[in-house]
Amino acid sequence: MGIIWNLDSMLGWIVMAVNFGSVILYGAMGEILTEKAGHLNLGVPGIMLCGGISGFAATFLYEQNTANPSGFVMLLLGLLSSIVAATLAGLIYAFLTITLKANQNVTGITLTTFGAGIAKHFGSVISAKSGSTAIRSALADEVFNAKIPFLSTNLGVVGKLLFNYGFLVYLAIILAILLQLFFNKTHQGLNLRAIGENPGTADAMGINVTGYKYAAILTGSAISGLGGFLYLVINNVQWSTALDIEGMGWLAVALVIFATWKPVNAIWGGYLFGFLSKAGAYAPTFITGIVISQHIWNMTPYIVTILVLIFVSFRMKRESRPPQALGLSYFREDR
Amino acid sequence: MRAMAQSKANKEPLVHVVRKEDTTTLKKWMLRVIAVAAALLVTGAFVFAVTGINPFNIYGAMVTGTFGTPRRIRNTIKTLTPLLCLGVGLAPAFKMKFWNIGAQGQMLVGALAASFVALTFRNLPGGVLIPLMGLGAILAGALWAVLPAIFKAFWNTNETLFTLMMNYIATFWVMYSVDVWKGESSGFASFKQIAKNAVMPVIAKENFYICTGIVLIVAALMYIYMKRTKHGYELAVVGESEKTARYAGINVKKVTIRTMVLSGAICGLCGFLTVSGIDFTLSHTMNNGFGFTAIVVAWLAKFNPFTMIGTSFMMVFFQNAASEISSMNANATEYLSNVISGIILFFLIGVEFFINYRLVFRKNGKEGK
Repeated sequence: MGIIWNLDSMLGWIVMAVNFGSVILYGAMGEILTEKAGHLNLGVPGIMLCGGISGFAATFLYEQNTANPSGFVMLLLGLLSSIVAATLAGLIYAFLTITLKANQNVTGITLTTFGAGIAKHFGSVISAKSGSTAIRSALADEVFNAKIPFLSTNLGVVGKLLFNYGFLVYLAIILAILLQLFFNKTHQGLNLRAIGENPGTADAMGINVTGYKYAAILTGSAISGLGGFLYLVINNVQWSTALDIEGMGWLAVALVIFATWKPVNAIWGGYLFGFLSKAGAYAPTFITGIVISQHIWNMTPYIVTILVLIFVSFRMKRESRPPQALGLSYFREDR
Repeated sequence: MRAMAQSKANKEPLVHVVRKEDTTTLKKWMLRVIAVAAALLVTGAFVFAVTGINPFNIYGAMVTGTFGTPRRIRNTIKTLTPLLCLGVGLAPAFKMKFWNIGAQGQMLVGALAASFVALTFRNLPGGVLIPLMGLGAILAGALWAVLPAIFKAFWNTNETLFTLMMNYIATFWVMYSVDVWKGESSGFASFKQIAKNAVMPVIAKENFYICTGIVLIVAALMYIYMKRTKHGYELAVVGESEKTARYAGINVKKVTIRTMVLSGAICGLCGFLTVSGIDFTLSHTMNNGFGFTAIVVAWLAKFNPFTMIGTSFMMVFFQNAASEISSMNANATEYLSNVISGIILFFLIGVEFFINYRLVFRKNGKEGK
């Protein structure tokens, strides 16, 4: 067994890791926001799929049916349609689990099934209509994958490493920092965390529990939905039913734990998960003499997450643990 | 100012939610039937909107999809068998309020262990090999479930997240093993070719009837276990309230671990039944993600193994319906099955609210006290 150093391959691997890691990061940020309100949403993969197909359908159909599609309209369409679809999917979950006090696990899993059905159905219908299995929106690819001019090309390795991404990747970092500030530095963030820990006490303090829960879940869904769309963007806005947005969604659920419910940790955690999920393709160029299956690499994020979960429960540190009321529906008369 | 605030505070909300415990069984089922009817209307409208197929043809297709020919009826039983098995496996864990989301993984490692035994001892006679496979699968499933249980019992580690993660480790492990075992060939061969002795004997032209029989027996035993034994009583008390259980002198740790061993063992058994009597091969996509569907099946049946026959039949029914519809029109795809079951389930999940709670509307002209 030996290790060879290959700069180009490493650069490619890192760029892939950051791109895919950002998809997972969007999913995880949405889920963190949701879990802080005390709701474990296992529907995140479904929400990401809805966001992905909606953003794709809007950009693809706009490009197909317009003589001179404009880049700006494309930008708005892609973002808005994925946000709207993801929010609607989140609304189903929110209504059932908040207003109707339904079981969160059952509702979330059903939402993932439903979302996967919606995305794959409409994806294959659009593909069949266009007579090809590999359909893409070239303009959306251009708009969303526009790199930072000058910096990405003229700074050598640094440029390739730091400035070589579409804007959604940078937006994810900004959002994560804002989210962390929201939780720790704002009044509303504190209220939300109080609800996740103990909705009864929060209610007694005069906090509008239902309102906060709806706001957190819907906003969280919108953010997760952007992750679904970003997955398409990094695949050059090309749809095929083999897209593994669902797998990314489950990694997002894992990342929430790995990051111990802190959005800023999820940034590097997401990149690490992205790095590991692409190891099957890149690691063989570095390690010789021994073949480690891609499937073994794919396992690693989940194993690491379990270790973190165990570690967190050993170390009874309050701020690293899941919100106390996670998974429980709140009924005022029960308190 | 203060008077205004006070009058606002005194005003009763328009709708007030009250818990009700007295819903009769008849009324419960009527509400559920209404929910399914409403869901069917929405499903019909949705499928009509996206495919243009006449809703009556859609409902017709639902029936023919399951009952159309004797072969379809047989296929329904074949699909229902593993789903029911997983639902029964989840029942005791859920009753204990241990959210075992890991049935999928426990089934997969069960299938993996059964396949390993089948390939390693393929020359043993079937009468020895098949029980040995079952034993391997049960042990593997139990092991996969006991890990989260131990950590839950001793360190209160979140079991939903733990069991969820275990699913993906199992999935990739199966993918890895299939890669290794198939060697140079394009897919994993059928046990009917490479390990004939590992295949369940044929009864009435089908291999899976034995599996169905085993699952029905397991379901009956589980019913007795949960309703009539001390173990069943203990796990129900732990589910109601851990504090009460401790006060009553129940060893919560022991009950948690014991119940999860049982739950995982039955899910592992499902993996064995699938490779030996239904699929005759190992694949990470076996049983179509039923480990997740079973969560819904068990929950809808309120963890009663016999009711699960009905709820798992319903899930298979709608899955069949969608595959029937998908052949009717170019705009209809097989993926509609997920959408249709999703809609039906949303309604069934939602209706539980109206079974457990009552809405009290504010009386007119009587604001404040």
